[in-house]
Amino acid sequence: MSGTAVMRFRQPSVLPGFGIALGFTLVYLSGIVLIPLAAMILKSAGLGWAEFWRIVGDPRTLAAIRLSFGASLLAASINAVFGVLLAWVLVRYSFPRRRLADAMIDLPFALPTAVAGIALTTLYAPNGWIGQFLATLGLKVAYTPIGIVIALTFIGLPFVVRTVEPVLREFDREAEEAAATLGATRRQTVFRVILPSLLPAILTGYALALARSIGEYGSVIFIAGNIPYVSEITPLLIVIRLEEFNYAGATAIAAVMLAISFSMLLIINLIQAWSRRRFGHDG
Amino acid sequence: MDIRIENISKTFGQHPAVNSVSLEIRSGELIALLGPSGSGKTTLLRLIAGLEHPTGGRIFFGDEDASRKSVQARNVGFVFQHYALFKHMSVADNIGFGLRVRPRAQRPSRREIRARAEELLDLVQLPGYGERFPAQLSGGQRQRVALARALAIEPRVLLLDEPFGALDAKVRKDLRRWLRELHDKTGHTTIFVTHDQEEAIELADRVVVLNKGVIEQVGTPDEIYDTPASPFVHQFIGEASSLPVTLSNGEVWLADRATGLRSEGNGEAILYFRPNHIEVVEGCSGCIAGVVVGSRRVADTRRVEIEIGAGRHRVEIDLPVGHPAGEGSRIAFRPTRWRLYLSGASENAAPRKVAVHA
Repeated sequence: MSGTAVMRFRQPSVLPGFGIALGFTLVYLSGIVLIPLAAMILKSAGLGWAEFWRIVGDPRTLAAIRLSFGASLLAASINAVFGVLLAWVLVRYSFPRRRLADAMIDLPFALPTAVAGIALTTLYAPNGWIGQFLATLGLKVAYTPIGIVIALTFIGLPFVVRTVEPVLREFDREAEEAAATLGATRRQTVFRVILPSLLPAILTGYALALARSIGEYGSVIFIAGNIPYVSEITPLLIVIRLEEFNYAGATAIAAVMLAISFSMLLIINLIQAWSRRRFGHDG
Repeated sequence: MDIRIENISKTFGQHPAVNSVSLEIRSGELIALLGPSGSGKTTLLRLIAGLEHPTGGRIFFGDEDASRKSVQARNVGFVFQHYALFKHMSVADNIGFGLRVRPRAQRPSRREIRARAEELLDLVQLPGYGERFPAQLSGGQRQRVALARALAIEPRVLLLDEPFGALDAKVRKDLRRWLRELHDKTGHTTIFVTHDQEEAIELADRVVVLNKGVIEQVGTPDEIYDTPASPFVHQFIGEASSLPVTLSNGEVWLADRATGLRSEGNGEAILYFRPNHIEVVEGCSGCIAGVVVGSRRVADTRRVEIEIGAGRHRVEIDLPVGHPAGEGSRIAFRPTRWRLYLSGASENAAPRKVAVHA
C-alpha cells in the first residue's frame, strides 16, 4: 500500500473511530459474505476447467439458467411498472382502508414463500379458481414458465413499492406545478418530470426485486412443475445435484449464477450511480 | 397585459383564504402583494396563475376571461419560492422545457430552443451555465434560472411567489435591485408576493396590502407609507406606536390629560404615530408624558420605550443618540405627524378615519 493512498483515506474527521469501523466492516463482510462465497468458488475450482464447462454447458443447466434469469428479469420489470403505479396510488390518493392496502404490500415479505407458492398453485392450477377460466381460454399458467413469473412477481412486489414510495412522497409538488405553468400537459409532466426523478429509486427497487427473484426457491418450486428443460429453475437444479451428492456439480452451477448475478447488479449499480450524478444528489 | 380581478374568492374548507377581492393591474406594472402569513397573498397569486380554482369571481387577462382556463392555457410565468427547478435536467434543458412541451406545430426547432436558452442565460447574467445541473448552483443562481425558465415561454404576466424568501439578506438585496432592472428592461406585467414590507416598498410601483383575505389598501409605496388607510396598514408598514385616546371639545385627550393635539369629533379613538415623527417638549401643558423603561440603538438614533399613565401603555419614540434620558427618567413629547382611527369598531371592519395630521 502506498503512503499516499493511506493519507487519502485518513482525512481528519469529526466522526471518531474510522479505523475500528472500517475494520469491523471488513471482518463482518468477510465472515458473512466473502468466506462462504470463496469456499464455494474454491470447491467448484477443484473440478478443473474441462469438467466445469461440461457441467455448465449441459443443456439442462443452460435451460435452467436461461429460465431463472429470464423469468427474474421479466418479473422485476413487471414489478417496476406496477410497483410504481401502486406507490403512486398509495402516496397521491387518499381512500378508505388505505393503511390496510399499504400494509398488504409487505405481505410477500412476511409470508413463508412456500405458503405463497402453494396458494398461487392452488389458484392457477387447471382446476383452480383462476386457472379454470384461463384453461377455457387455452392458457396454462401453473407448471409453466408463466407460473414462475407470477410467483416471482408476487415475491418481488414490495421492493419496488417500498423504494419508490418515500421518494415520491418527498417529490417537490411545486416542480409539477411549475411544469403546468410552463404549458406541459399532465402526461408530459408525468413522463418528463416525475418519472425521471423517480428513476434512481425505481432502479434500486428493480435491482432488489431482481436479486430476490434470482435466488427465490420456495414459492417457485410449487407452481413451476419443475419439468427439466422447461420449468426447472437453477436453484432447484442445484438442490437436485446436492441430493445426488454431486457437490462439485452444485457449486459449479452456483458459481455461474453468482457471476451472472454479480455482473447484473454491478451494471444496475453503475446506471444508478450515473443517474444519481446527473440528478445531483451527490452535488 | 392588463389584469382585472373581480370579486375573487377562495375558500379552503370553512376558511376563506381570499374574500371577494377586486383589483386592477395595468400593463407593465410591477405590483407587490404584501401581507403577513395567512393573509391570502399567495392564494391570490395562485388564483391568477390558475394553480387554484376560485370559489367565486372572475379574472380577466386583457378583455379575455381567464378564470375558466387551465393553468397550461393561461401562459403565465410562475416563479416559486423554492425554485422548483427540474433537478434531473441541465440548466439549459430547464429553461427550454416550456418550449419543448409545446405541440409540434408551435414548437421551435431544437437549435432555436438552444439559442433562446443561451439568450435568457445572458439576460439573467449566467452565461455559460447551460450545461450545469441545478444542484451545482447557489440559491440566488437557481432563482435566476427559475426566472429565465418562466420568461422562456414569453408569458403574458410574470408571477413571483416570495421569490427571494429562501435567500440570505445580501443576495436578496442584490436580486431585488436586479429584478427591478430586469423588469424595466423587459416590461412584463409582474406581480410578486412578499411578507417583507421593505422589499415591497423598494421594488414595487404599487403595493397591495392584504390582511385576512381582504385588501386593506392599494397604493404607491409613498401612499402606503405616508397615508395608511387603516390601523393595520399603519402598523404593518414601518414602525408605529398606538395609544387609546378620547376626543372631545376639539381636543385629543389621553385619559384626563390634554395631549396638545387638536381634532374634530367625539368619542373613543386610537392615535397612531411613528417613532421618528415626534418632538420632545419641556414642561407639560399639552403633551404625552411617561417613564422611560428601556432603550436600544437603532441605526443613527436611540429608540426609547416609554410607559405612559395609569394604563401602562407602551410606545416607542426616537431620540438623538446623545439624549440624556435614562431608564426611569420622565420624558414628555408630542407627535408631529399622526393619525386617528375611531375605535370601537371591530378589527375586521374598516375603522373610520377621523383625522389626519401629516
